[in-house]
Amino acid sequence: MKLSREVIATEDKRKLQDISGEEVLSCYQCGKCSAGCAMTEAMDLLPHQVIRLLQLGQVEEALHSRTIWVCASCLACSARCPRGMNLPNVMESLRAQVLRPGDRSLNPADIPYELLEIIPEQALVAAFRKYT
Amino acid sequence: MVYSYFPGCTLRAKAKGFDSSALASCKVLGVRFLELQEWQCCGATFPLQIDNSFPLVSPARTLASAKKAGRKLVTLCSACYNVLKRTNHVLREDLDKREKVCAFIEEDYFGDVEVLHLLEILRDKIGFGSLAAKVVSSFRGLPVAAYYGCLLLRPPDEVGIDDPEAPKVLEDFLSSLQCQPVEYPYKTECCGSYVALRPGELTVSPSRLIVESAKSRGAKVIVTSCPLCQFNLDYAQSENVARGEKAVPVVYFTQLLAIALGLGEEVLQFDGHIVPPGLIFQAAGVGGVGA
Amino acid sequence: MKTGVFICHCGLNIGGVVDIPKVLESLSDYDSLGYVTDYRYMCSDPGQQLIKDAIRDKGLTGVVVAACSPAMHESTFRRVAEVAGLNPFRCEMANIREQCSWPHRGEPEKATEKASAIIRASLEKVRRNLELSSLSIPVTRQALVIGGGIAGMQAALDIADAGYKVTLVERLPYIGGHMAQLSETFPTLDCSQCILTPKSSEVGSHPNIDLFTNSEIHAISGYVGNFNVTIRRRTSYVNWDVCNGCGLCMEKCPVKRDSDFELGLAKTKAVSIAFPQAVPNRPVIDSEVCRHFTHGKCGVCEKVCPVGAIDFEQEDTFVDVKTGAIIVATGYDLHPKTKVGEYGYGVVKDVIDGLEFERLNSASGPTQGEIRRPSDGKIPKEIVFIQCVGSRDEENGYPYCSKICCMYTAKHARLYKHKVPDGQPYVFYMDIRAGGKGYEEFVQRTIEEEGVLYLRGRVSRVFEENGKTVVFGVDTLSNKKVEIYGDMVVLATAIIPSHGQTNLARLLKISTDEWGFLSEAHPKLRPVESLTRGIYIAGCAQAPKDIPDSVTQAGSAAAKVLALFSSDTLSHTPEVAFVDEELCRGCGLCIEACAYDARTLDVRRGLAVVNEVLCEGCGACQVACPSGATFQRNMDTAQVMSMIDAVI
Ligand SMILES: Cc1cc2nc3c(=O)[nH]c(=O)nc-3n(C[C@H](O)[C@H](O)[C@H](O)COP(=O)(O)OP(=O)(O)OC[C@H]3O[C@@H](n4cnc5c(N)ncnc54)[C@H](O)[C@@H]3O)c2cc1C
Ligand code: SF4
Ligand code: SF4
Ligand code: SF4
Repeated sequence: MKLSREVIATEDKRKLQDISGEEVLSCYQCGKCSAGCAMTEAMDLLPHQVIRLLQLGQVEEALHSRTIWVCASCLACSARCPRGMNLPNVMESLRAQVLRPGDRSLNPADIPYELLEIIPEQALVAAFRKYT
Repeated sequence: MVYSYFPGCTLRAKAKGFDSSALASCKVLGVRFLELQEWQCCGATFPLQIDNSFPLVSPARTLASAKKAGRKLVTLCSACYNVLKRTNHVLREDLDKREKVCAFIEEDYFGDVEVLHLLEILRDKIGFGSLAAKVVSSFRGLPVAAYYGCLLLRPPDEVGIDDPEAPKVLEDFLSSLQCQPVEYPYKTECCGSYVALRPGELTVSPSRLIVESAKSRGAKVIVTSCPLCQFNLDYAQSENVARGEKAVPVVYFTQLLAIALGLGEEVLQFDGHIVPPGLIFQAAGVGGVGA
Repeated sequence: MKTGVFICHCGLNIGGVVDIPKVLESLSDYDSLGYVTDYRYMCSDPGQQLIKDAIRDKGLTGVVVAACSPAMHESTFRRVAEVAGLNPFRCEMANIREQCSWPHRGEPEKATEKASAIIRASLEKVRRNLELSSLSIPVTRQALVIGGGIAGMQAALDIADAGYKVTLVERLPYIGGHMAQLSETFPTLDCSQCILTPKSSEVGSHPNIDLFTNSEIHAISGYVGNFNVTIRRRTSYVNWDVCNGCGLCMEKCPVKRDSDFELGLAKTKAVSIAFPQAVPNRPVIDSEVCRHFTHGKCGVCEKVCPVGAIDFEQEDTFVDVKTGAIIVATGYDLHPKTKVGEYGYGVVKDVIDGLEFERLNSASGPTQGEIRRPSDGKIPKEIVFIQCVGSRDEENGYPYCSKICCMYTAKHARLYKHKVPDGQPYVFYMDIRAGGKGYEEFVQRTIEEEGVLYLRGRVSRVFEENGKTVVFGVDTLSNKKVEIYGDMVVLATAIIPSHGQTNLARLLKISTDEWGFLSEAHPKLRPVESLTRGIYIAGCAQAPKDIPDSVTQAGSAAAKVLALFSSDTLSHTPEVAFVDEELCRGCGLCIEACAYDARTLDVRRGLAVVNEVLCEGCGACQVACPSGATFQRNMDTAQVMSMIDAVI
């Protein structure tokens, strides 16, 4: 990884900050978020690693991570973060960066019919808010 | 006691039993719920993008209509509770957002309608002591695990119905119905929420861990206050059910309430549940509940 | 009247912004100017010499040094003036750095004009300055030390050894503070009691130390050199002068209670001596649990005491002492584990804090030094240490680093390995802060030689599951989540100010930071002085620190006291407020305005009176006085007006 002023402070990073309202530099990488996250098993990056990538200006890599789609916005991390980082907001800003140009990460047609039959409406509304 | 009532989308669809058991129980307890004239889905999840106020519009509409009704607003579903309370918080604290949202919905609303969860009414208005006195059908120490999940507790400074690390409102509720509350470490862990719609991603679902933990501590039933939690914990046991193994029914706290108050099966509506609750209650000798 | 002006460049600090030749030129029309010059560093030796020479050679009667803030160098230049034979109060500083060149870096022209104006104003002031001489205050050469931990003991001994009387006031029945509870101490692992007891007994028997344990400060008044202190000695219900410390009462007392000294890990009696080596070795009856007080009968101790020392009627006593200086060494408490929700709110029995671990490891502790967990007394084979609990956590605790826990955690892990060689210690840390002599080496040896596994990350949750203490953590070096099903967990909880410290500070009129640690007068240059003259601070009362640092600070505070005691009088600035008795109407508004309690009302004469020794010359009274009766010496109204005229 080559670092320079241009790499660290990109336009994308500024946009993420505007969407999330969070300053990623306030994270001191203690990992408490990752330690308590219920979803890490399906994540390729631990939550604190996503923040680290953003600190380093590696926005692209963060955007391509599975982690941002697996985060369930459960707020277990932010409730315990010693630095008051709203990490779920940062995850949402990354999702927004992908989705806002019109992409989607969940296709209604891909949801198995049997699941659709029984899953509560609430889940569908929430998922389409987060994934499309 | 009269409150405005916001059922939310799921309670009128897949979680009918939550709605009907609560309404029937409240009638017995002398609490009147007047359903809002106008309401729409709260959005099911609170928006975490601070540069976009649009997702606040629908919860704000509901809140503004409660304001017009002039009463405190009650919800049952943890997600609705979470979204409405957080929306209130934003509209109180962020003048800029308030202005935008109010302009859009053409209402003056300042985030000032008090939003209550039914558990708060039971705890703070009726009192678990008086509730205990109204129980006609005792659970006789049935071990029940309370599952809180996220939405009732976090963020603690905006919604927190109770201590975020060691809540006890549901346990106290269970005690008042003469259930034996089961302490287990996973009661505030996330069930996976809407990620349930990406079934390929998770090999061991967080819901399984929760159920296993409760089961290992001897829980015979799990109660929740969120349709999605109910589904996830229930669904995580589908294979056990299919294989005829022991599974723990997951029910709404109001369904236990209704049973304790002597209400009949017609208000319980267990039909959508994957792990059938009826047998447990029969075995526990709780009046009149079939399989 | 011949005044000299000396303009300092302060390197480029002033010279790089202000056009000094231009300033010199602008002063040329000023009458009664005896001498004007500039120099690169006026505070340097040659700079000072320049001023001395000019005073003597040109016969100057006043001096203005245009340089930095008077807070930096006023005393330097006044000393210079005095040496050259000028009354020091005829020397003033014109602050053209902090108030001119620094804030106006980007606008040199305006800065130059402003520098001129500031110098002119100072010239006007000096012109009317009176020749004053310093006030003299008598000094009571006796000291008071509050808090009998290692810091307070050390300070008391240093002063007492120098030949002055010291009163040492300790809240608990014994001295030694937290050090008395420690087992072995880093980085050399010497036994805490072994190095502490000689000092405690020296304090207990020193002819110059008056020891008040089980006592607190009740009231305080006065000022540097002359404090009046009332000490409240709480009743122990035992006549300590008669008691010989045999301990029979404690042996026979039928009432058990949790021992505070053992942090609830062991029981003691209603009448108890905290630990065998306690100084003084005298018992105290806890009236909350003593059956005589709770049930009105028992009196076993009274019956068995061979010397008749038990006195159920004994009451608190009050003792007045006069003291010239005070050292506050009230130490610390630990952030209670009952406040840490994610680690179980103190409910899980086998989650303990660092001091509890010290007791478990102590040969005289509840387990005779065997590491046994509280729940079932088993020896833990997997033990997890968690650092930074409540420290470096502004959301759920305190933002600061507690400084000592990295070291004591390494010590704990190591002591554990010595006792349980087949056990595995894990340490969750964020950074290892081991910046003392031999400290880093100590930590590295702990890792290498003892096989302690350090994991870099915070722990999210601790809970109990089937007799195990389950820890959910992370290792951010491998980026893996870590789950440990351990047998015991030790939390390195934050160091916080001792309870009641803020109230004590208020009583003493000294300030604290936002957490309640005592504030030093200057963070670098005056680290053991409070902002109130005559009151000094030492040990963890000021900030978290280890024993060597506490002892160092205590010695340093004692040295300050000894310097104060080096003469039987003290000097105080004469630039204080005075009252024009003709104009004063005795309304008393100035008394409320004064933050230093320097003003009183002479009711008989209907006049406000200034206690010059207490007056700090802040001028608040002058503003408050509606009759124009109050003035500051060398800052009277005429002076201020002429200074304003000079500027506009
Ligand atoms: C778990 C643990 C392990 C440690 N291990 C080591 C180690 O190995 N090596 C090392 O160098 N340091 C160690 N330390 C640090 C050490 O304990 C402190 O540096 C030292 O005790 C500080 O001494 P002190 O006198 O400032 O404070 P304290 O020891 O707290 O003493 C203060 C005294 O003042 C008294 N007091 C408080 N308020 C009042 C009042 N209002 N009036 C009268 N009296 C009052 C208290 O009762 C107490 O006796 C450890 C600390 C902890 C928590
Ligand atoms: S808990 Fe907070 S500070 Fe720690 S790594 Fe996560 S986001 Fe950063
Ligand atoms: S009176 Fe009894 S209970 Fe009280 S201290 Fe004496 S022996 Fe103990
Ligand atoms: S000394 Fe070490 S353990 Fe203690 S707060 Fe500082 S970094 Fe954390």
